[in-house]
Amino acid sequence: MIKGKVWKFGDNIDTDQVIPSQYLLLPTVEEMKQYTFEPLDKRFASKVGSGDIIVGGENFGSGSSREQAPLVLKALGISAVVAKSFARIFFRNAINIGLPVIVCQEIYDSVQSEDVLEIDVKQGSVKNLKTKEQFTATKLPEHVMNILEANGLIGLLNQSKVKEAR
Amino acid sequence: MGMTIGEKILARASGKDIVKPGEIITAKVDLCMTNDATTHLSIDIFEQQLKAEKVFDPQKVVLIIDHNVPAESAKTAEVHKKMRLFSQKHHLPFYEGAGICHQIMVEDFVVPGQLIVAADSHTCAYGGLGALGTGVGCTDFTSVLSTGELWLMVPESLKFVLEGDLRSGIYARDLILKIIGDIGANGANYKIMEFGGSAVKKFTLDDRIVLCNMAVEAGAKSGLIEPDEQVVNYVQAAGRQAMDLLKSDEDAVYEKIYRYILDELEPMVARPHFVDNVVPVSKIGEVMIDQGFIGSCNNGRIEELRVAAQILKGQNVDPLVKLFISPASKEVFRQALDEGLIDIFVASGAMVLNPNCSVCWGGCQGVIGEGETLISTGTRNFKGRAGHADSSVYLASAATVAASALTGKITDPRRFVR
Repeated sequence: MIKGKVWKFGDNIDTDQVIPSQYLLLPTVEEMKQYTFEPLDKRFASKVGSGDIIVGGENFGSGSSREQAPLVLKALGISAVVAKSFARIFFRNAINIGLPVIVCQEIYDSVQSEDVLEIDVKQGSVKNLKTKEQFTATKLPEHVMNILEANGLIGLLNQSKVKEAR
Repeated sequence: MGMTIGEKILARASGKDIVKPGEIITAKVDLCMTNDATTHLSIDIFEQQLKAEKVFDPQKVVLIIDHNVPAESAKTAEVHKKMRLFSQKHHLPFYEGAGICHQIMVEDFVVPGQLIVAADSHTCAYGGLGALGTGVGCTDFTSVLSTGELWLMVPESLKFVLEGDLRSGIYARDLILKIIGDIGANGANYKIMEFGGSAVKKFTLDDRIVLCNMAVEAGAKSGLIEPDEQVVNYVQAAGRQAMDLLKSDEDAVYEKIYRYILDELEPMVARPHFVDNVVPVSKIGEVMIDQGFIGSCNNGRIEELRVAAQILKGQNVDPLVKLFISPASKEVFRQALDEGLIDIFVASGAMVLNPNCSVCWGGCQGVIGEGETLISTGTRNFKGRAGHADSSVYLASAATVAASALTGKITDPRRFVR
């Protein structure tokens, strides 16, 4: 179960907004994370807290395939991204690094920044603890859930290597 | 029930006779590629997290430095050095400063029917040659690097039937902007955009790449065009053997079919800050510009440079406008030199840059300042994409950019096209 405070964004939040191009070649994600959402809110990285949740509208994570986008969110401690819909490459990248991405159409209009959400990824449910409303989210396919539970694709590949060695 | 060309490529790559949309498959990848925007992270994952020692097949892995070329900082130089050393250690094909990754792939590697995965969203460009290219992040890329395989969900396909002829001054670039404007930035999310119809058969290879390359801007997994004799001739002239020329079956199933009559099209412009915010240039009003850019994996090939040169020849770029031109590859650059195009550009006052991603991605070259306006043949116009967060990017054809650079405001190119 994931529980955290909401930061709400609009539709079509592209990966250039999450982390602009000029920071992508910094050597590490730790050095990049201070610039998260810089074009939209220069102080975002200093305000966000560990466990917080991003809520987006349609087509969250559109544009560039830069994995730095979900990586900086995870490095800042974001526990999940909930959106009406995701762009496919961002969706894959987030799952692959073990960052839960939840497709939930209905919650968007019923949630404000600073509300607290409780998410059950496996069951596919999202609850707004402030308004007590509960919403159904799209359940992830078993294959995708397995990657998430291994904390990402590399975790899963390493698990299967250990199994092969036995 | 028949299959689309995309389904056929995925069936072959996963060793199956038939695949259906929604099915999750494990596919063997024919080629993979990565560039300097993310490779340093992939190398860290490969060496430190996966503790892998060998790449799956050194002949099928290509490393290309194209985003920040030449390096603009010591930190970028370190990233480039890391790529150079990795490619030497694993004996991988490696390019530095030779052009934009997708153009190099088209010139030196892509063959119809292949499944190609690369750590760059515009990998869908290879559909212009009938190969299924799709963009991934660095974790997916690293898993391919190690295993040669990738899990994929078989996507639905959308068909775009294109008929008629583009009129003078209107290009494939205008057509794809029009289509993205119509279906929206997520109008093809997770799907394959397949382009067909009598107009596509007449399109040059460059035009076909222009269409497929932008498919990701509608959210697509890939863009695809059935390969024909033109593609076979190109691939063979480059010394490669064409694989199977797959075609969609007559009874293939499409989620939706769109039809376009090209004769009706006008020059199109995408306004800030979304690629689907598209209007005809006639409806744009008076928009003054500070900078123009002709280049990128979408629109920096020889045909676009010829169009720009035809408009700029004997003219002067507006003194208040900077115009940057970056050929998509070293080969395109040399051809432009041979044809006298570079001379025309320099004489007009344009600045010619080395082949690289350049102004399109806003990482290192020709960035714009606060409140400035750019008109570009690049791939994206997201907020802050080309520099300051409070700047504006308009997307248009090479003709529209060239005409606008002469007048200092966004201009219909048709009166300049002879």
